[in-house]
Amino acid sequence: MRLKLRKLMDHALTAGGYLAIGGMALFLLWVLVPVFTKGFGAYVFRGTVEHRRMMLGEFNRGDLARLRAELAEVWRAREPVYRAVAAFERELDAMPAARRKALRSAFREVREGVAVLLGPEPGVPLPALTRRLYGQTRWEQAREKAADILFEETWEYSDAGSRRVLVPRAEQFEGTALAPVFDSVERDLAAMMRPRLTVYPRFLTDRSIDAHFFGGIGPEVLGTLYLSLGAMLVAVPLGIVAAVYFQEYAKEGPSVAFLRSCVNTLAGVPSVVFGLFGLAFFINTLRVSPGKSVLAGALTLALLVLPTVIRASEEAIAAVPRAFKEGAMALGAGRFRTVATVILPAALPGILTGIVISMGRAAGETAPIIFTAAVSVGQMVKPSEVLSQPTPALSWNLYNLCTEHEAVEELRHVQFGMAATLVLIVLALNLAAILLRARVARRLKG
Amino acid sequence: MNEEAKREGVHLEARGFSVFYGAHEAVCKVDVSVPCGLVTAIIGPSGCGKSTFLRAINRMNDLIPGCRAAGELLFDGQNVYGPEVDAAVLRRRVGMVFQKPNPFPKSIYDNVAYGPRLHDRCKRGELDAIVEESLVNAALWDEVKDRLHMNALGLSGGQAQRLCLARALAVKPEILLMDEPTSALDPKATARIEELIVQLRGRYTIAIVTHNMQQAARVSDRTAFFYEGNLVEFDATETLFTRPREKQTEDYITGRFG
Ligand SMILES: Nc1ncnc2c1ncn2[C@@H]1O[C@H](COP(=O)(O)OP(=O)(O)OP(=O)(O)O)[C@@H](O)[C@H]1O
Ligand SMILES: [Mg+2]
Repeated sequence: MRLKLRKLMDHALTAGGYLAIGGMALFLLWVLVPVFTKGFGAYVFRGTVEHRRMMLGEFNRGDLARLRAELAEVWRAREPVYRAVAAFERELDAMPAARRKALRSAFREVREGVAVLLGPEPGVPLPALTRRLYGQTRWEQAREKAADILFEETWEYSDAGSRRVLVPRAEQFEGTALAPVFDSVERDLAAMMRPRLTVYPRFLTDRSIDAHFFGGIGPEVLGTLYLSLGAMLVAVPLGIVAAVYFQEYAKEGPSVAFLRSCVNTLAGVPSVVFGLFGLAFFINTLRVSPGKSVLAGALTLALLVLPTVIRASEEAIAAVPRAFKEGAMALGAGRFRTVATVILPAALPGILTGIVISMGRAAGETAPIIFTAAVSVGQMVKPSEVLSQPTPALSWNLYNLCTEHEAVEELRHVQFGMAATLVLIVLALNLAAILLRARVARRLKG
Repeated sequence: MNEEAKREGVHLEARGFSVFYGAHEAVCKVDVSVPCGLVTAIIGPSGCGKSTFLRAINRMNDLIPGCRAAGELLFDGQNVYGPEVDAAVLRRRVGMVFQKPNPFPKSIYDNVAYGPRLHDRCKRGELDAIVEESLVNAALWDEVKDRLHMNALGLSGGQAQRLCLARALAVKPEILLMDEPTSALDPKATARIEELIVQLRGRYTIAIVTHNMQQAARVSDRTAFFYEGNLVEFDATETLFTRPREKQTEDYITGRFG
């Protein structure tokens, strides 16, 4: 009977374990698969002729002669649209006041829609905002904008709730000079935009143009690298020294116990508190920089990951066989030499793992850098400017772009691109940790 | 004491020497004189304080919290536990080989060169010479001379133990302490180490802890028998094994206990 119960408990435990791990894996997949598939869309997508025009105009990349030829074709397809818009504008002026009033606002929407879809008409004065210099650069967005021209979105209310209804504008403008616009847009959209499979790996490194309407996420990637590497530059030496002290030098006593509990408490402090602390201490008190800066952010992140580095290093040092230490001491090595020549090299794999995992954490943290380092829109920070300049960073700008940007809906591809890139950077760091560990461990084992 | 011991002189002398772990006295007021250039074996049942005594000689016990020594332990007439003694300097003169081979996770060359590199700035050529000499003395040279830069953890147990011996010899110590150096080895590897001890006899003062009575009889000139922290009998090996003075010694060497 007892045996049966024990077996049952065993099975229940196993099942519980599988359930937990399986659930976690499913959840991860459920989050990561969309992030990756959509994030992939920032790098590989169907780019329109406007994308190529933008690339040449802003980044000076591409073949001017070929683009000219392509644009000539495109304008042939677009010309009826522009002609119809101009003709209708004259027609509208000649209309009876009542009819003019009825059509004017709808016409304005169409004209605006055309400008957004195709970009400014050749020959007219150029708009001030860069985002208005080009039409839709991505095919799927071009199709959405085309639908905005073709249909008017209205809502039908009833007791059962509200329902979105798309009313074709073609009916409203039947028989006017604007009618050809709808035919052309519906029929010739591909000829007007010429979508083509586009691979844009430099999304990773390109500067962003006009708050991410065009270009890439280079400044954010660079900022994330600066911040996480900078944090490691500070946290690793400090952490290793502290771990060596705890493991090799400290005599157990109240002061060491106090220090230890400080480290453990530090590990449990919410990251936003670190952010506030960084602002209050590094920027307002120490004045390491006039305002937010990469330096202040890196210092704050260093503090955040310090407990992790200390713990990982302590564990690695504690795992070094006593025999190594005794061997070195017996040969007349002092404590410092023993640590430097035998203990730390043997503990290196474990320490490295801790470092790289902390680095992944530092790369992904948002709250600590909001107050100390991050700006929403920014250019690439040069290495010489890290001491004084703030920087954009993937984690913060992802949040910013998803919530506070004026065109949240239109920049989904950038948001997902950033998310996927951030996840990839963290995964790559963790993979590096595993490989590095294996490599060093192999070298130690001979 | 016979004539030979007097002629050789005393290298290491304990006078009323005790070692405590906290309140527990693991070595009690031992008086012993280890003669210079000879091999002294330390035998006794498990837990009688052999290792503790051996580790007290090069102050390895300093690493154990709560462990302290009392009485006198004179090395070349100087108290090992004197206030002016630097343990690191002492350990240079008193080499040690442990029960379990403990080569560092470095190359064979770096293992042997570890001690010399620690103490003097020698040139590459000198270092090469020291490494070769030490490995030759430890009878390992022929086996590893073609793979000096291979990781030492790849060696067999017996080879690793000889490497540890070479590592200890490379610092040119005056005394060599060995704590059951062959207990982790097979009979063949054991025989090699024993052979080595015999070869090193005369050049170094050697103290060896062993559970193997035949080994003590084969390699040592003097034997000390410890029992529950006390030195029961200390005499020429031959005398101790053939005509023990104490009943406890006789019981132990004839296998009646321990
Ligand atoms: N680190 C330690 N802390 C406290 N007591 C210890 C410690 N090491 C050894 N002892 C105690 O000291 C006594 C002597 O131990 P020691 O290791 O010297 O015995 P030994 O003669 O070497 O035994 P063995 O033949 O099994 O190696 C034992 O009672 C042991 O329990
Ligand atoms: Mg022992």
